[in-house]
Amino acid sequence: MDWLLHAGDDPGHKFLLMLIGIALFVALMGIILFVVDRPRNPPRWFVGFGFTGAALLLLLLGLVYPAVRTIANSFMNRNSTGFVGLDNYARAFTEPQFLLVLGNTALWVLVAPIVATFAGLAYAYLVDKSRFEAVAKGLVFLPMAISMVGASIIWKFVYEFKPAGVDQTGLLNQFIVWLGGEPQQFLLSRPLNTFLIMVVFIWIQAGFAMTLLSASIKAIPDDIIEAARLDGVSGLGMFWRITIPSIRPALVVVLTTIAMTTLKTFDIVRTMTAGQYGTSIVALEFYDQRFRQGDAGLSAALAVLLFVIVIPVIIYNVRQQRLSEEVR
Amino acid sequence: MSTVEAATPAPEVPRPASSSSMSDRARKARKALSNPWASTLAVVIAILWTIPTVGLLVTSFRPELDVRRSGWWTVFGDALAGEGVFSLRNYETALFDGSTNLATYFVNSFVVTLPAVFIPITVALLAAYGFAWIDFKGRDFLFIAVFALQIVPIQITLVPLLTAYVDLGVNGTFWAIWLSHSAFALPLATFLLHNFMKDIPASLVEAARMDGAGHVQVFFRVVLPLLTPALAAFGIFQFLWVWNDLLVALIMGKPDTFPLTVRVAELAGSRGGDWHVLSAGAFISMIVPLIVFLSLQRYFVRGLLAGSVKG
Repeated sequence: MDWLLHAGDDPGHKFLLMLIGIALFVALMGIILFVVDRPRNPPRWFVGFGFTGAALLLLLLGLVYPAVRTIANSFMNRNSTGFVGLDNYARAFTEPQFLLVLGNTALWVLVAPIVATFAGLAYAYLVDKSRFEAVAKGLVFLPMAISMVGASIIWKFVYEFKPAGVDQTGLLNQFIVWLGGEPQQFLLSRPLNTFLIMVVFIWIQAGFAMTLLSASIKAIPDDIIEAARLDGVSGLGMFWRITIPSIRPALVVVLTTIAMTTLKTFDIVRTMTAGQYGTSIVALEFYDQRFRQGDAGLSAALAVLLFVIVIPVIIYNVRQQRLSEEVR
Repeated sequence: MSTVEAATPAPEVPRPASSSSMSDRARKARKALSNPWASTLAVVIAILWTIPTVGLLVTSFRPELDVRRSGWWTVFGDALAGEGVFSLRNYETALFDGSTNLATYFVNSFVVTLPAVFIPITVALLAAYGFAWIDFKGRDFLFIAVFALQIVPIQITLVPLLTAYVDLGVNGTFWAIWLSHSAFALPLATFLLHNFMKDIPASLVEAARMDGAGHVQVFFRVVLPLLTPALAAFGIFQFLWVWNDLLVALIMGKPDTFPLTVRVAELAGSRGGDWHVLSAGAFISMIVPLIVFLSLQRYFVRGLLAGSVKG
């Protein structure tokens, strides 16, 4: 049994476990399908649950049950042994340390999605009229492929600081020195550091926004553009009065999708500053409270808050989609 | 991830240049009128976008002392003067040196990722078929429930899940990580594959059913072969997601199972000044997703357009 669970640091053993894991699942699915296929005239519910049962069970045990447990834990003390009512939420909304975290999170959700979407939109519009479209889009899209940890390291290097008088190794400080300024410790000074960390996120997400928006810009019928052109609309007027209204539904989807990603992103802040220097956000504080401070109750409350903040974003999204359905 | 894909007009994926349809010719005509200023600006921005990555890439090939003493941009001058020194030494250190040992974590990344892609796809395929083509009681309600689960942030599930693994004695094993990733991927996977399955003409499935084929035969003979592009699209998605994941690996794993992301993030904290190792380490962790991404980008974009993105 232990052999099946732990591979230690033997690579061969690990790969073997991987093959066993995959084979086990193939066998399990095979058995399910075999059983479903057995009866001559099976009732529909039997076949239906044969196909969907595994997924439903996994979702129930892996998603629904733990989420309910977390909600319950958010009303309990730090060891989840006693009921404390709304104390954890009260702490999150009154103690300065957590107010800072909530404030940062609000800043992230308000700024990052809008800037990323706008950057993606502007670039999609620009590149639509240019040569080398494929290569240019590819380069902007590339950060989507790499991990947020990798992206954070890339940018941490850009923000690297060396004292004045020594050769700078960080690109941003080098620019400041070239322009005659003093090198800065960018990641230490609030609130600038939060914005500089956001740059990493925007750098990644703009490519996502560009790809989706570029596709919808291309889907605008040519005759609409022709008609506008004959009416004398051009340049920025074309952008504001034709392009934006035509791709509005896609804009809303991109904006809200990025907003939801923003809320859940924890890798970037963790890699850049580990939440120090007043940069922490809810998604990271949830982790720190549980695994560093050992406060299960507060951590659960923060996780629930994360879920609660997502809901208005989704409602906005659904409403906007309904509106655009009606217009059509 | 988002709840609105259903209402999103599926935008056309740009067609390959070989097809010569009307709209394609119109597009070419528009291209011919392309604005040289726009072209220049677009290229300049694309290059600016790439500079941070290039900087770290150049650094990863420079000797430690140079990395500490001067900026990476000085190599271009040095190279012209014939003084530039580049080597793979940093990669060697990062991969095999006892204090970093990324080769081990590279193995872990693979062992974590492949089943975590394969298992949810298999489970979601069956579920998607059930929801799309079997008319059983409670189907619509259950499908909406699965769809709605997309909005649950995984943070809310992690700690109780970990507690359950501890109780079962499987915490810190690959099994715990595979199962977690599988459960988290299911809502989006089921939803996406369901949408692709609904695109298969109903007459095709019904004809096969009329001929006496059971659902299992229909699934394997009719539906699965038509679904290859959808599987590729979601497969890449999930591959990049799991390979690049930090949160699940960190909470569910132990040093024996930590993938590259966890180890590289650790290095960024503990050896933040050692840019020669850190830069090489970062690129070691990025090389596989970059290859997958560049070779299968077409499918990735299709998946993105079909179902928006998971987050």
